This record gives sequence, C-alpha cells and structure tokens, in this order.
Amino acid sequence: MPKKITLPLTEKVLEDLKAGDSLLLSGVLYAARDAAHKRMVDALEQGKPLPLDIKGTTMYYMGPTPARPGRVIGSAGPTTSGRMDGYASQLIAAGLKGMIGKGPRSQGVKDAMVKYKAVYLGAIGGAGALISKCIKKAEIIAYEELGVEALRRLEVEDFPVTVINDIYGGDIYEEGKAKYRGKAS
Amino acid sequence: MRRIQASEVTNTVARLFEHSCRYLPADVITALKQAKKREKSPICRDVLDKMLENAEIAAKEKIPLCQDTGVAVVMLELGQQVRIAGGDLYTAVNEGVRQGYHKGYLRKSIVSQPCFARANTEDNTPAMIHTDIVPGDKLKIRVLPKGAGSENCSRLTVLSPAQGRQGVVDFVVDLVDEFGSNPCPPVIIGVGVGGTTEKAMFIAKKALLRKVGEPSSDRQVAGLEKEILEKVNKLGIGAMGYGGTVTALAVHVETLPCHMASLPVAVNMQCWCARRGEATL
Repeated sequence: MPKKITLPLTEKVLEDLKAGDSLLLSGVLYAARDAAHKRMVDALEQGKPLPLDIKGTTMYYMGPTPARPGRVIGSAGPTTSGRMDGYASQLIAAGLKGMIGKGPRSQGVKDAMVKYKAVYLGAIGGAGALISKCIKKAEIIAYEELGVEALRRLEVEDFPVTVINDIYGGDIYEEGKAKYRGKAS
Repeated sequence: MRRIQASEVTNTVARLFEHSCRYLPADVITALKQAKKREKSPICRDVLDKMLENAEIAAKEKIPLCQDTGVAVVMLELGQQVRIAGGDLYTAVNEGVRQGYHKGYLRKSIVSQPCFARANTEDNTPAMIHTDIVPGDKLKIRVLPKGAGSENCSRLTVLSPAQGRQGVVDFVVDLVDEFGSNPCPPVIIGVGVGGTTEKAMFIAKKALLRKVGEPSSDRQVAGLEKEILEKVNKLGIGAMGYGGTVTALAVHVETLPCHMASLPVAVNMQCWCARRGEATL
C-alpha cells in the first residue's frame, strides 16, 4: 500500500523514505524545467533572491499542455530529469528537499542528496492525463515569458510517485535492475 | 489525375494529431495488458496499471495522454496520379499541425533554431515531413507525435559487416541497457538495418508505425526481432526502470540492401505511450 505524505518533506518524513516506496503526495510543490532552472541557478550565483523560498520545497520537472477552459491544468507528466542535473545540486545545497521526474540522476546529484538529505521521486512518464487529475490548483509564479517552461506553484492531492533515490544512497533503478537482471518474464 | 484539395489535407492532419494525442492505439493497450500478465515485479505491475488507467482518463476527459505531444512527424504516401489543388502540399500539412495543436490543446514544443536562440515557434511547426511517391491515386497520411524522452535515446552506428547479425543484436541491447528508465519503458524499439545512414534511421522510425508486436513478414528478420526482444526483457529494467521483466513491448526491425563494405544500424526508440494515426484520402 502506498504511504500518504503531506508536503513539505520534513526531516522526519525523509528519514522514513526508502528507495522503492510508493507514495501519494498531497500539498504544495513547484514545477520547472530546464529554462527556469537556469534562471534560478543564475540568481543564486549572482546572490539575487529566488522567486520562491526554496527551503524544504519539492520541485516537479514538468511543462504541461495548455489547460482547456475550466480546467486547472492540461496533461502534466514528468520530463527527463537528467537535463536538470547541472542545476540540481546547487538548489539542493540551498534547501531543496524533493525532486520529481523520470530517469537517472548524475553521481553529483546523488551525492548532494545524501549530503543534504534530499530525495528524488519518480512519476510515471507518459501518464500526464492521470497526474493532471491530482493537481487541484496551478499558477505561474515567475518567468511567465518562458511559457510552458515558466515556474509554477501546484497544489496536489494523492499524486502517485515512487522513491528512486533516498537520503541513504538507495537507488531503485540500480536495486530493481539487479533484482530482475537475467530473469525471463 | 485525381484532385485532392489542400484544405482536405489540412483538416485530416489536424484531426489525426488531435486524435492520436488523446487515444492510445488498441494494439498498444493490448500489449500493455499482456505485459502486466508477464511482469514479475509488483511495482512494475502497478505502473502498468496506471499507464492503462491514464489511457482511459485521456480518452474520457479529452486530456492528452502525455504532456509531451511531440514533434509532428508526418509520413506521406502520395499516389503519382494525385494532384493537390488549392494550395501546396507541405503548407497544407503544416497548417494542419498548427490547427490540430491549437484546437487539441496540445503542447507546442518546437524551437526555431536548434543551437542558438531556441525560440518557441508557438504552433508546433514545422512538421518533419517525409514523402514517398507511389503508384495510384490516393494520399496516405501517417502521423507520429514523437516525444523527446524516447527520441533522445535513439542512436545510429555503422558496424563492420564482419560484426553481422550478432553486432546488430549487441548494439540494440546495449543501447536499451544504457538508457534504462529515460525513454519511458516498456519501450517499442524501431530498428533499421542496412541502406545508408539516413535511410537506416528513416526505416527505424517507419518501423514504429507497425502495429505493436506484429512480426516482420521476413522469417529471418522476425527471428532477429524475437531474439532482441528476449534479451532486452532480461536486462531487468522494467516499466519506468523500477526493476522488472518487461522492458520492451516489441522490437520492429526493417531492413534494406546496403553497400558491401557497410552495415548501418539505427535505433529509433519509442515510449510505451506510442501514439500514431493514419488516414487515406
């Protein structure tokens, strides 16, 4: 059974999460892709303020389809996280506690997760319609000119994710593959 | 000569993209259901369930299956007895993409200059159009809204002929292993063997238009497909890479004759959310 988790991710919650756990997330998270990440990291490097308080937050790597009239958001599945690897370690050092996406992370990001106690969660790629139903509120809070790549604040309810990297260095991609390697279906 | 109005081409292309981004083909749904039966990992069975649930929600609520509604790949088979009236063919196709992506609330993901400003063209044009001239008086239009997650995991190589069949198997299996969870497995693997470098990748992409799991009509090629599929599914990657026994739904291999000194091999990867559509005018 999946664990129900209320955001933000506290230290106590993070300590309980293990690679492979199924979770249902509820609460506030932020959505950004490559372009918004570049702007946030540029701001950090220049000592400028970020458009959000990064401490304790969870970032979802996602750029939605346009919302139909009357809808909160369009299709909203995860994008490939590796493209954010060049920016993620700095945001983790600044206080980011959770990342949601798909695909493996670099060793540098994995090391930063262990050092600063942050987790990486997997959402199901291609399941943008299903995930959109979990998003109850969405608003652009910065970089509106980036369009689909703008920084968004989302309120989610029972958003299904799987823990990929925990704070202890666990990695479901490696552990899962090792477990089933060589086995026929 | 048979006349086909450019506006008819536009309307058809628009409808195909709108439709294909919302409805997963029946053969893909069947393949996912079969995968669920074969999958040994409980986590991956749950993922496969959610993929199927996603397809139901998308169809029922008019939400695109995936937020990456892709680059608009269009493959045309133009009968040589057809004359396009009231406009030119490629303008008509691009207008169809523009209208389909707008009306269907699909994401516009195309940037104009690949390694310069990368400004969004705002209407998902230009489409990537391929045209075959064929006998007859029909126009067949096939569309493939191709997501970047899987497209980015595609590769081309030219093997030495001495590496032969085994070289082809190893190249494909190693590539799937290397990319793991990135292309959104369980994947469909399009493989083009032979031809020249550009033709190899083209037939690899064309292979993705085949119904999922339909084997090649060539017995030897079908055997190659089967062997690659079995090896890929023993890699342990599983649905979304969480560890499991179904990493690919199908391997589709297409071949062409090639130079005696060459053995081009191209892999065009497709995610489980394998959208496609076709119509004949």
